[in-house]
Amino acid sequence: MTQPVSSAQHNGPDKGVLTGPATAPPSKKQGGPRAFGLRADVRNLSLLGVLAVLIAVGGITEPEAFLDTGNLQLILTQASVIGVVTVGMTFVITSGGIDLSVGAMVALASVWATTLATQEYGFAGVLFTAVVVGLAAGLVNGLLIAYGGMVPFIATLAMLASARGLALQITDGKTQIVTVQSVLDLGLPDSYILGIPPLVLVFAAVTVVGWLILNRTTFGRRTVAVGGNAEAARLAGIDVRRQRLYLYLLSGLCCGIAAFMLIILSGSGQNTNGNLYELDAIAAAIIGGTLLSGGRGTIVGSVLGVLVFTTITNIFALNNLQSDVQQIAKGAIIVAAVLVQRRTLRNGET
Amino acid sequence: MPETSRRGLLFGTAAVSAGAFLTACTSNEPKSTGDSAAPNAQPAADDKPGKPVTIGFAGPQADHGWLNAINVNAKSRAEKYSEVTLEITEGSNDTAVQIGQVKTLINKKVDILVILPADGKALTQVGLEAMRAGIPVINLDRVFASPQAYRCWVGGDNYGMGLNAGHYIGEQLKGKSDAKVVELAGIDSLELTKQRSQGFADALKNYSNIKLVARQAADFTVESGQAKMAQLLQAQKKIDALWNHDDDQGVGALRAIQQAGRDEFVMVGGAGAKSAMDAIKADNSVLKATVLYPPTMAASAIDLARALGQSKGVGGLSEMEIPTSITLYSAVVTKENIDQYLPTGFS
Repeated sequence: MTQPVSSAQHNGPDKGVLTGPATAPPSKKQGGPRAFGLRADVRNLSLLGVLAVLIAVGGITEPEAFLDTGNLQLILTQASVIGVVTVGMTFVITSGGIDLSVGAMVALASVWATTLATQEYGFAGVLFTAVVVGLAAGLVNGLLIAYGGMVPFIATLAMLASARGLALQITDGKTQIVTVQSVLDLGLPDSYILGIPPLVLVFAAVTVVGWLILNRTTFGRRTVAVGGNAEAARLAGIDVRRQRLYLYLLSGLCCGIAAFMLIILSGSGQNTNGNLYELDAIAAAIIGGTLLSGGRGTIVGSVLGVLVFTTITNIFALNNLQSDVQQIAKGAIIVAAVLVQRRTLRNGET
Repeated sequence: MPETSRRGLLFGTAAVSAGAFLTACTSNEPKSTGDSAAPNAQPAADDKPGKPVTIGFAGPQADHGWLNAINVNAKSRAEKYSEVTLEITEGSNDTAVQIGQVKTLINKKVDILVILPADGKALTQVGLEAMRAGIPVINLDRVFASPQAYRCWVGGDNYGMGLNAGHYIGEQLKGKSDAKVVELAGIDSLELTKQRSQGFADALKNYSNIKLVARQAADFTVESGQAKMAQLLQAQKKIDALWNHDDDQGVGALRAIQQAGRDEFVMVGGAGAKSAMDAIKADNSVLKATVLYPPTMAASAIDLARALGQSKGVGGLSEMEIPTSITLYSAVVTKENIDQYLPTGFS
């Protein structure tokens, strides 16, 4: 099980040699997409190694509860909502931006889509509202940042505050129970397709589409270009502002979809939904290998990052560890994962 | 940009109609049912109009069901008395803001203050200030650091909640050997969660056949309740009872139970939300009981404030004065007594 990590670690013959990680990225950036692809592969490989170690730990400590299909379904389902948010976040971070409002947008979309008035329109009404509210919030973010000249950190922080406020205003602090049966059914085992929960299928679809857009389209290359050097991108004829607008719209769209998924999962809408999603999504993207300063992003890495986090939480819960221990260990594991990654990366380069 | 105008127009129209639809969708008013039953329909022991009393009320932001119910209870109780004027502030979780609000109420020279502090310790000083200004303070639920800061404290019993939940489960599982019990706690960093868990553990010690096999902390939200419960069920393939500290997160927990297709155990809730009470009444899920943390305490605080303002005692006791502290009982609501408590359920 631990093969990937150990093999990756001993890959480089001269791992003791300092290659200077601080100076490596700029030179690599000019190395073109091929060189980057290699780096991304190595990175993902090391994350897979971390995941393998986690699975080994889970399998050893709680063999019965951890190693069964029910638990696999559970981990993937719990990763799905934050996973979709993280895909959108990966695009934004790749472009050199940040979206702190994702959790608030999920909350707003989920409560707007579960009011009694919306629920009267049934499945379509709930889905439509969740997606459109997400898009609308993303549009506001995008306009403020791309055309209003606001710093993404500030603009999305403002959105975080007002979207949470609006969500509270709509719910009045109450939990909005979903009564639309077709929505509820999608969260129950009867709706699983070949044993795969619909939410996981949506997550998979968003991941594939996200990967295709980032790696195989002009839109994706523009995103990377804007993140790498916005001025150079502008001089190369890219409409940087419009690109940024689209990226925050995309993040809003992902939040809208995630809100609908959360409604299915929890059977309700609440203004506290999506609590601290922004941190989870950013952490997953960074662990996955997306550069916080922009110019480099990997959807596969982000998804692996989400899976690592979800698996950690799962193993802790199955072992009945309490939240204080969970938090301490989670912090330690993040550091360990990044350190392992840096090491493998350094070895992979030489 | 003339060439984009048609597309722009189309998009604009779509956006406007979507906007109109969405605005209509923010409404949370039920269409047909007109029975928004006001909690606490019962009058006070002595409801004859007396001397006019102005009560100032300051609470935290009503960002979840229970706190919202606190406001509703206070308001509707005050409306019952023609001689009571309620000065209610916009709720805030910011200590500085709440201190300012209480000071404003002091300056307005209200007769009595009812304060549910966002943080009891932090609001102690302003409570003292009010008492020194000659305004008696009713401290609601979250207690001040000094007894000098209030005339009367009224609040819930977190330890008692756990105790009563534990005893109810103990009685349900009587005679069952090696019974397994699971606990879904609230936010672990809160004192009240520790008290609830302690009470629960202490009660279970009375039953040698019961073992608390797993405990996870959610954070009072539906989302966290679903996530943590799903994992608890995955970890424990067969259990006999579950205590969930909070009915809000219980909505998520029930969803997880439904998703896992489990029904072999008895679930007990906490706090007393309407959704939980409805489920207990319907008796079609594992949820068989809930332990109250009654929001009606706000109505009681209004009663106490009114009695203080009119220099009266409370009915049913032979004391001349109102007690300095009143701890409420965490009743166990089951199918048998549900009708009595249903009007106090909050959403």
